[in-house]
Amino acid sequence: MSAVVKSPGFHSSELQSMLYLNGVTKSFDGFKAINNLSLDIAPGELRAIIGPNGAGKSTMMDIITGKTRPDSGEVRFRDNIDLTQYDEADIANLGIGRKFQKPTVIETLTVWENVELALAGNRSVIRALWHKLSSEQGDRINEVIKLVGLKAKTSELAGSLSHGQKQWLEIGMLIVQGPELLLVDEPAAGMTDQETMETAALLKEINREHTVVVVEHDMDFIKALDSKVTVLHEGSVLAEGRLEVVSANPRVIEVYLGR
Amino acid sequence: MLNTKIFERSAIGRLLLADKAGSYLLMVLFAAMVLVPLCNLLMPEGSFLHIPTYIVVLLGKYLCYALLALALDLIWGYCGILSLGHGAFFALGGYVMGMHLMRQIGERGVYGNADLPDFMVFLNWTELPWYWYGFDSFFFSMFMVALVPAALAFVFGWLAFRSRVTGVYLSIITQAMTYALLLAFFRNDMGFGGNNGLTDFKDILGFNLQSDVTRCVLFALSALSVMLAYILCRAIVSSKYGRVLVAIRDAESRTRFMGYRVEHFKLFVFVVSAILAGIAGALYVPQVGIINPGEFGPINSIEIVIWVAIGGRGTLFGAVIGAVAVNYAKTYFTGAFPEVWLFMLGALFVISTLYLPKGIVGVVKQLQDRRAERNAPTSQGAQS
Repeated sequence: MSAVVKSPGFHSSELQSMLYLNGVTKSFDGFKAINNLSLDIAPGELRAIIGPNGAGKSTMMDIITGKTRPDSGEVRFRDNIDLTQYDEADIANLGIGRKFQKPTVIETLTVWENVELALAGNRSVIRALWHKLSSEQGDRINEVIKLVGLKAKTSELAGSLSHGQKQWLEIGMLIVQGPELLLVDEPAAGMTDQETMETAALLKEINREHTVVVVEHDMDFIKALDSKVTVLHEGSVLAEGRLEVVSANPRVIEVYLGR
Repeated sequence: MLNTKIFERSAIGRLLLADKAGSYLLMVLFAAMVLVPLCNLLMPEGSFLHIPTYIVVLLGKYLCYALLALALDLIWGYCGILSLGHGAFFALGGYVMGMHLMRQIGERGVYGNADLPDFMVFLNWTELPWYWYGFDSFFFSMFMVALVPAALAFVFGWLAFRSRVTGVYLSIITQAMTYALLLAFFRNDMGFGGNNGLTDFKDILGFNLQSDVTRCVLFALSALSVMLAYILCRAIVSSKYGRVLVAIRDAESRTRFMGYRVEHFKLFVFVVSAILAGIAGALYVPQVGIINPGEFGPINSIEIVIWVAIGGRGTLFGAVIGAVAVNYAKTYFTGAFPEVWLFMLGALFVISTLYLPKGIVGVVKQLQDRRAERNAPTSQGAQS
């Protein structure tokens, strides 16, 4: 994995795993949304997670980001940080960024202001009141806006962007947040074929500096990512491996095509 | 000009240059602050420039409402916290001021008791309750005008925002809060004058409350408070903090995942807003001469929301315009056709929600845009 070597974020060679889930279970009213799920994401990895509707992908994201507490099981970040002890804001500040399925940008603020809010830094009320942007911070914002291809839209309201552009803006916001681990929920949903391919390329670019976990339905997109794939089914892992191997697995074929 | 340069470079100057409508509003308020007292005190009665005292008091009342509307717009317009209990903070500020004014009466009350207010003598109380201590002092009272609403807002907000109570549920519990206070203040044994509230005030800092000069000073102070509060609110919403508030309003959960402690951001603005509402109440009471539990009424709090909605939510100056316009209409209609006013108010709210979602300010802006379009013949090609 060349990404591991390139990345400045993964300096300590002792770091075993970026994200480690072991035996995680969560049920809602008796229905097991997540059932004894185990998952290990290496530092610098790009991982695609696929699965039919109701396989527990979103619940898994909620558990990792602190929105939902698991009933049992371990959720660890950077080997020894127990994520079940923290809430959303803490976890975001620990270095886990999340992109929602539906693009959620602040529609009444400009592209620039959206990125400014997401920019890594002190999140306290006092600092926000007296905040003055340094020129380095300004440069960083412009750089990221350029990276996600929205340079021409910098001072337009985010609400005026197309669906695909909003997705990119949100990805840009995640990048400036400076997370080590990025969770990306269905980035290609509702995108045109060309936008889908551009998004895959963008995520691979981002993966040079960040560990990325992508949840997706679109098979062309997964193919373009060219990464290890985990198949979820009924709240646990059904298969794991390269896309060619996984898609030849008879259980996977049954789950995906059998009904 | 050196002076204008300094103005342009100063923080307030930069703020106002970017906010044209706000600058006009401040100019109007400043003109009113100077001219209304002058026209009342210096122009001879009968001159068409003379402003009678009752108008000065009425305008002063409108300005207190405008300050209250600003406070609500800060949290509702910019952070999406729809408080249906903001009248409670206004009333608390008013009660604190009322307590100070009660202590100023001294032995000039009906019972001539120097230690106890009349209503306590009437209830056969023999000593002043501990929570009335200190209100003899003007400065202590002014401090409490801010502290009492702030403390309630802090405790209430801390509990509500930490438990992530939002939207309609938050609105309902704010309404319940003001209703609970209404019931509590109605009780005689609370020690705040019960049903009748606090009244019969004589003077403030030794100045007779009935004199024209005192009334003009109170009016000018109200205008000044609205101006300062406007600048404060504008500074808050123009800062990065203000953009976080907007982010919370439009996408609360996204803001959390960006790492912002949403509850802290909400709590701060809620407390600031409560303090502004309290100051509005404290300015209101010496001008109208009474504070009673009716001010805690749920309807009062709902009216504040209507002022802001009609003026234009999320603009700050819209709140001021809405409060003054609606209350002017109220004064007129309750005089001319008293029985239709409540229907009118309801109709006004429905119409503004359906047809003027951005209020009076939105309509004016639309007209301006349309005129600008007509005056720019090349705009067809430039539109993207």
